[in-house]
Amino acid sequence: MREAVIKTDKLTKRFGEFIATNAISFEVQQGEIFGFLGANGAGKTTAMRMLCGLLIPSSGAGTVAGFDVYKQTEKIKKSIGYMSQKFSLYEDLTVLENIRFFGGIYGLSNQQLKAKSIELIHRLNLQKDKDRLVGTLPLGWKQKLSFLVAVLHSPKVVFLDEPTGGVDPVTRRQFWELIYESVENSITVFVTTHYMDEAEYCNRVSIMVDGKIEALDTPGNLKEKYGATSMDEVFYQLARGAKRGE
Amino acid sequence: MKQFLALIKKEFAHVLRDRKTLLILFGMPVVQILIFGFALTNEVKNAKVLVVDQANDIASRQIIDKLEASRYFEIEEKSNNVHEVESTFKQGQVKLAVVFPLNFHHDLLHQNSAQLQVIADASDPNTAATLTNYVNSIVQDYTTDLNRSEVMPYQVTTQVRMLYNPQLKGAHNFVPGVMALVLMLVCVMMTAVSIVKEKETRTMEILLASPFKPILVIVAKTVPYLLLSLINLVSILLLSVFVLDLPVNGSVLLLFAESTLFIITCLTIGIFISVKTSSQQVAMLISLMGMLLPTILFSGFMFPIENMPLPLQIISNAIPAKWFYIIAKAIMIKGLGFSAIWRETLILAGITLVLLMVSLKSFKIRLS
Amino acid sequence: MKAVTLNGLSKVYGKGKAIAVNKVSFEVSNGELFGLIGPDGAGKTSIFRMLTTLLLPDGGSASVIGLDVVKDHKKIRSRVGYMPGRFSLYPDLTVEENLTFFATIFNTRLAENYHLIKDIYIQLEPFKKRMAGKLSGGMKQKLALCCALIHKPAVLFLDEPTTGVDPVSRREFWEMLKQLKQQAITIVVSTPYMDEANLCDRIGLIQSGDLLTVDTPANIISAYPEQLYAVKADNMPALLKTLSAYDEVLSNNAFGEYAHVSFKDQAIEVNVVQSYLQQQGLSGIELRRTPATIEDCFIKRLSN
Repeated sequence: MREAVIKTDKLTKRFGEFIATNAISFEVQQGEIFGFLGANGAGKTTAMRMLCGLLIPSSGAGTVAGFDVYKQTEKIKKSIGYMSQKFSLYEDLTVLENIRFFGGIYGLSNQQLKAKSIELIHRLNLQKDKDRLVGTLPLGWKQKLSFLVAVLHSPKVVFLDEPTGGVDPVTRRQFWELIYESVENSITVFVTTHYMDEAEYCNRVSIMVDGKIEALDTPGNLKEKYGATSMDEVFYQLARGAKRGE
Repeated sequence: MKQFLALIKKEFAHVLRDRKTLLILFGMPVVQILIFGFALTNEVKNAKVLVVDQANDIASRQIIDKLEASRYFEIEEKSNNVHEVESTFKQGQVKLAVVFPLNFHHDLLHQNSAQLQVIADASDPNTAATLTNYVNSIVQDYTTDLNRSEVMPYQVTTQVRMLYNPQLKGAHNFVPGVMALVLMLVCVMMTAVSIVKEKETRTMEILLASPFKPILVIVAKTVPYLLLSLINLVSILLLSVFVLDLPVNGSVLLLFAESTLFIITCLTIGIFISVKTSSQQVAMLISLMGMLLPTILFSGFMFPIENMPLPLQIISNAIPAKWFYIIAKAIMIKGLGFSAIWRETLILAGITLVLLMVSLKSFKIRLS
Repeated sequence: MKAVTLNGLSKVYGKGKAIAVNKVSFEVSNGELFGLIGPDGAGKTSIFRMLTTLLLPDGGSASVIGLDVVKDHKKIRSRVGYMPGRFSLYPDLTVEENLTFFATIFNTRLAENYHLIKDIYIQLEPFKKRMAGKLSGGMKQKLALCCALIHKPAVLFLDEPTTGVDPVSRREFWEMLKQLKQQAITIVVSTPYMDEANLCDRIGLIQSGDLLTVDTPANIISAYPEQLYAVKADNMPALLKTLSAYDEVLSNNAFGEYAHVSFKDQAIEVNVVQSYLQQQGLSGIELRRTPATIEDCFIKRLSN
């Protein structure tokens, strides 16, 4: 058994009367692609924020990369990468400047930075565009770039919040190729998505409904269990009865 | 018309449901009036004075009594040593020292003139100048009293009379100034931001795509702020009359009419900014930097325009607040009627008209 | 008369720098449910804004219910319904206030066209005193749809109504559109989700401002030139890599638990492929013919 990179035990977050995340317990192994699905407002974002050290839980326990989600949030932040659809890179900085900046934040040495940025630019074929402002790049390029920037410092886990929303089908697949590559470098991937075909690319998937994890298994087992032919159907069966939304 | 009312109703809902902003909007004028009225006046009260009385005779004591009796001064300590002046100043409490030389009274009687040294801490030049003036006039008073008994021929005395504001109360200047500021802030910034907000949330798209005349959307936005500003105006006036003891000498009705004109000017500026910008941040920045700052600088209520270099004086003419400040002062403090301010009113109306035309012209019925 | 006609419609932003819409032409018939399908930045929103008279075209022309989008913008505005992308109602007004407001703006009353929105509004009614900003994602959408429908528009334009919405709400939303179609309202809808294409009568695929094709979903799918195979193995990343390196392979894309693969030789034997993959060390191989999906077609056209 590989070591668990993310471990939660009845992790809960309350906002006043409202229980955003209700006693969720799960483990994510090293090098796994973990799909974190759920309807709008099911509590995904809250859970993710707790795991990234941005929110202190109300109760329950959890560790990320071996660090406690209550007391060692700063250490957690150093050992994870984060990327979302909304915030990714600075639009008014160039490709190279963004790489240097984020690499610098995570304490990469100048030498490492140089080597890594050459490698990254080469990987994305951005040699000609490395001095372009990120704001002028097509959305798909931006998302790929910001993913690679998020794993620049070889974090233990990378959190991806709807990374492929609105991206064209070809680029979406290229994006997943990048995810596979980083898994080979034993980075753990924690991803949310509204594309159910992408759920199939994950090793294991959890589905959240109204703050609770209703199902957690491999896509194959889930389909078998719910007698469904696609993850879309599994999701529909589970989330149809959801009471709350955003 | 029904549509227009629906729009206005919606605007009121926006304004009234945003409790925090509402609190700021109504609280701001009150706080500003109180701050400007009490804390930031340029008159100096109870300044601490060091008296070095080396003479210690009847004349020096009489003058010291007069100083002490005045509400401007508070005799902090008396000393015989001139060298103490500097060390006392350095402690920072005392701003002024009055030094009576030896034989003060004697010199006054026998040589018909005596020297009195006034030393001021001029690191704050305005206060220093004001204080020395006060001392001067008190000493002058004293000598006039003396001269009454001992007739001195051919003496010219200046008689200064402060018209309209005999006590030189700071609040007199500040109230019209704060009025201009508050109206500017509420009308310009709030309208600009509220219109741009609809652009940001894309509700403007639906409104534009509706058959309703787009320009009326904008006009309806201004109605709640017009009303809000009038309420603010009332609260400012009530505060100034009952708290700052500053009566409105002229016609209150005229003051309201002129204020309404100025409010409309500000609303037009707000519309203009909102037409030209597309994010709340930019709208806010332009309102603050582009409108508030010039209002403070060029309306004349903080810095006298006459002392500015000519180019700045010319620029100041384009600032609506300058004209409103003149008008408000004329009505509130001088108690003048419309005949005295028709020219300023006309200029203000002119500026408003030009702004209105420009913003109507640049208003887009489509997205850019 | 067609409900919507575009004739070489173009839009250029910033002095000829970025061509958002490049000479796009298509027609939408009365009562049709037409889908404009493409990723972010394809030019969907620009087309919608030009059709709802919010943007001026830089080239070509377009008409909605026979009215020119430039000259007759006033008439068009009173006849069409528009729901811009993302949530765009007043969050600080209640559900009821939002509806009444939009009814009044469009010169009508809630009661007048209540039959149109009845089915949707019934679900909203329990929350009618709630602020729109406090509604759930799905409810917000329903309210926005009601507001766009309130004046019985001849054409309804919905710009990315399902973006960022979870699969359950998306499915519900399309159910509502199907019902509206029965009320003879022409609907033009845009979406980045390829799987929603099958729910439209006809679709246009769009990418980087260029309209790739316009047809019924069935025709587009049957026009896919090669036979597609669904391939699966225990180790999917390895399978994808192996296929990419395989000489016989023409295209190879991940599709959920399978990879969709086409071969250069249309008459290729399934056994040949299977044994090749086994030779490469893959296990649990599954290989069968599969019909193309709209997404396959889109990818095909992009790679051309």
